[in-house]
Formats: sequence, C-alpha cells, structure tokens
Amino acid sequence: MNQEVLVNAKNLTKKFGDLTAVNNIDFEIFKGENFGFLGPNGAGKTTIMKMIQGVSPLTDGKLTLAGMDITEHARKIKGIVGVAPQEDNLDPDFTVFQNLTVYARYFDIPKEKARTRADELLKFMQLEEKRDVVMTALSGGMRRRLILARALMNDPQILILDEPTTGLDPQARHLIWTKIRNLKKQGVTVILTTHYMDEAAQLCDRIIIMDQGKIIEKGEPVQLVKDHVGEEVLEVLNSEESMACLKQYFPDARIDIVEDKIQVFANKPRGILTKILEEASFRGALIRDSNLEDVFLKLAGRSLKD
Amino acid sequence: MSKISSLFRVPKLSYRVWKVWSRNKDVFMKTYKTNFLPSLLEPILYLLALGLGLGGFVQPINGESYIQFIAPALVAVSMMYSSFYECTYASYVRMYFQKTFDAIIATPITIEEVITGEILWGATKSLINSSIVLVVILVFGLIPSPLFLLIPPVSFLVGLLFSAIAMCFTAITPNIDAFNYPSFLFITPMFLLSGTFFPLTTLPEILQIIAQIFLPLTNAVNVTRSLALGNIQFSMITNLAWMLIVTPIFFVLAINLMKKRLIK
Repeated sequence: MNQEVLVNAKNLTKKFGDLTAVNNIDFEIFKGENFGFLGPNGAGKTTIMKMIQGVSPLTDGKLTLAGMDITEHARKIKGIVGVAPQEDNLDPDFTVFQNLTVYARYFDIPKEKARTRADELLKFMQLEEKRDVVMTALSGGMRRRLILARALMNDPQILILDEPTTGLDPQARHLIWTKIRNLKKQGVTVILTTHYMDEAAQLCDRIIIMDQGKIIEKGEPVQLVKDHVGEEVLEVLNSEESMACLKQYFPDARIDIVEDKIQVFANKPRGILTKILEEASFRGALIRDSNLEDVFLKLAGRSLKD
Repeated sequence: MSKISSLFRVPKLSYRVWKVWSRNKDVFMKTYKTNFLPSLLEPILYLLALGLGLGGFVQPINGESYIQFIAPALVAVSMMYSSFYECTYASYVRMYFQKTFDAIIATPITIEEVITGEILWGATKSLINSSIVLVVILVFGLIPSPLFLLIPPVSFLVGLLFSAIAMCFTAITPNIDAFNYPSFLFITPMFLLSGTFFPLTTLPEILQIIAQIFLPLTNAVNVTRSLALGNIQFSMITNLAWMLIVTPIFFVLAINLMKKRLIK
C-alpha cells in the first residue's frame, strides 16, 4: 500500500528532569487512519499527544506533521490540528455556543463562518438543544461531546483525542465512538490515546502499545490478538486437578492463573478448544474470544504501575 | 548566567494577543453589572469616611482640603487594585482551575501571547475601574483642572505596570492562598504609604526615598494628583519615566516566568 505519511516521529524523546517520559521512539501515522496509543497511566501517551500538538517541546528527536517540523512550524501545525484534551478545559463563563465561537476566534475564523460551523457541529454532536445553556450545566458526557465539537471548529486534518471516553457511562461512550467513526469516514486522521482496550479494538486501524515511555508492540488490533494470544481463550475454575490436566493437553500453551481462574492461551485455531471440552470436563469452563486486553496483560504484566 | 538571561528574553508577539484580551472582555461584559457596583460604591465610602469625616480634623495640605488631597489618590489606588487582582487571583483561576490557558495554546496562539493578552486586560481593568472612580470624584466637584482628561491614558500605563508585577507573582505562587503574601506585604503597605493619605514629606527622608524608588504606587499617585489638581511639576516626568522603564522589565520577566511554569 502506498499511503501518505501524515505524522512522522523519529527518536522522539521527552525527559522531565530525571524522568524519561518518552524514550526514543519512532512511529508513522498515515493519512485517514485511526491511530491509537495504548498503555497504562504514566506510559507516556499524553506526553506524546502534547508534543504532537506543539505545546510541549521535544527533548530530542524529530517530529513532523504534514511535512512540517513541529519545532519550527508549531503555529502553522496548530492551525490544522484539533485537540480534545483529557481534562475538561471548556470555558465555564460562556454558553455552549459561545464556547465554540470564542474558540474559533483563536483560529482567525470569520465570525459568520464560525457561527454557522458552531451550529453544524452542535447538531453533529447532538447538542443543539443545549446551544444557549451555560456550559457548567452540562453533564459529563455532554461536556466530552462539546470538547469534541470544539476540537472540530477549525476543520482539522488531524484530530487528537486524549482519553476521549474516560469516566463516561456506556451510552455516552458509544455515542462518542459513533462520532469518531463518522469523522474517519469524512477523511479526518484521528490519533487517540486510551487505556481501554475495547475502545482501541473498536476504533483503531493500528495501535501502539506503550509502557514506561517505550513501544512494546505495534500493529493492527486483530492481528496483534492473533499473534500473541490466539483467537480464543479457555477459562477454567482453578483447581490442582484441572491444572494438571490442562498442562497435559497443552504442553506448549501459556497458562495463567488470574484470581480463581485458569486462563489457557493455546494459540490454536478456532474450534479446537471446543473439542477438548467434549473430551474432558472442567469446572466452570468457558471459551471466549481473546482480546487486546489479553495481549496487553501478556506484554505489560499484571502488576500495578502506580 | 544563561538561566538569568533566559528570564529576560524578549518575546515574539502578534496581533493575536487581542484575541485573548477579547475573551476576557466578553466574560466581563456578561457580568459588568455586578462588576460595576463595587467600583462605584467604594470611592464614595472613602470620600465620606476619610474625606468628610476624618478630613474635618485635618488642616489643609498645600492649600488643598483633605478630601481634595485624597480624592485623586483613590483613583490611583483603584488602578493598582483592579489590575493587580485581575492578574493574580483572576488570572490564576483561569490558568489553574479553568485551564483556559491550556485550551488557548492548543490553537495558533502562543503562551507568550496568552500572558500578554492577560496583562493588557489587567491594564484595561485599571482603565475601566479608575475611570469610574474619576467620574465619582468629578461629581463630588473635587477636580479643578481639565488636565484630568489625561488620567485615563495614565491609568492604562499604571495598569500595565501592576498587571506585569502581578503576573510575576502568579507565575511563582505555589497556590491561590499564597497571594495573601504579596497582598499584605506589598499592596496594603503601598495603599497606605505611597503619599495616598498624607504627603510623603511628613515621613523621614530615608523612608521618602524608599517609597519613591520601591513603591510603584507613589509614582501613580503623584502623577494622578498633579493632573487632577492641575499642578504640573518636574517630578511627574521622573514618575512617568520610572513607570516606563520598570513596566517593560516586569512584563518580559512575567512572560518568561510563566513560560517556565506552563511549558513542560
């Protein structure tokens, strides 16, 4: 495939004093794709987002967006990037509509155009009924949608979403996901960070899994699952007999004990596990599709990071 | 050495500073009615209590009645208060609690422009509030000279000075409560000791010199009083020169200190 590279990072490094938040990493993001940065808190995701936005200077390395070096052309780049930050920094003194029009002014968008665009985006985000409500009266989910609408005011080529659904209820999450998919259809390149693996699997064409400032794996979500943990996982209630039996059946498999369950990552094609269950009976046996979370826990380990 | 010189690096700015200013103006316009009343009532209270009340026991100063002596000082004091508090508490709320600066620097506006816009807005607050006080003392018939028309432009300069100083404190304050220190150790002494309520000449000479050099408000009071009373003196030139030299120094320092605080 001959894809246009929109974001290119080489030896990207960021240090805060003695702490290396981003440790000499390379990546390329293609035009029109949804690209995800995954990892636990403190992995360096937000730091990368801040460097891509041009608000945090690089300690070392090179970062270009749309062919422009971020260190030299930060102002121009900020004009073509839309940012939905992790923390709510909407303007509490303004109404929903004014939050958008005042923001548009920072981009030199003419007043009339800004008003039209604000109304379009409120409609797109299903917030038109809240147009003239003071922003502080919005619920958490509505605020996220308003932040997303605000990030789209300058019609960005690149949209940065830092933890777009953290803390939202399922309905609000799914609504945001639908909007992000719509944006991709419109040709916007979306870069997002998340520590929800299901979110990454739902939304991203390609992902990078990070831990402690380094890339530990990258690729397409489905392929990563296949490569690392196989298509299916067998879960069985933990007992010594079951364990002994499973070890016999799967001498090469990775077998984890998670709380009261045994997880078997046999890396076998779909269907094989079902056969085994027919031969031997285990207590509380369950076969489920493996997912990115299994990949992540395998790669990053189960210990708490902070 | 390079660390110190980095604090005085002259920032590159563009017309975008006015967009930050406009944001603050728009918020102000939404609440101007509540902003208006205190600025109107406060000088009236001072004029009644100190001017008419206390003033009845005070001899005329340089031929002026006491109320006439303190009235222009109240204008200068309002320049200081409005700009200093705008760029300490109000700016800190925008920076830390509302994260407004973070939102703005994600757009083509730089942090230098955000801070400059804030300082320009602080100066505008000085212009607005001191003009309200000016109107009050005009109504009280306490301004004999048409030179008072020059006070609003001076109030913008005084506002820039105090906004820039305030922004330096905002850049280094560990939390919002710590503004009590500059407030009680810097602003309140200035309010009392800058030739506001008694002529500086009644103080020992050493204190006079200290007040002239280290208390910015002394300059503002002297210029405002001279213009209001139509009493042009050479010292006005020194006062204006002092402010014109010190303001840019604190302005550049404020921007670089803020950059250090916010750009990580």
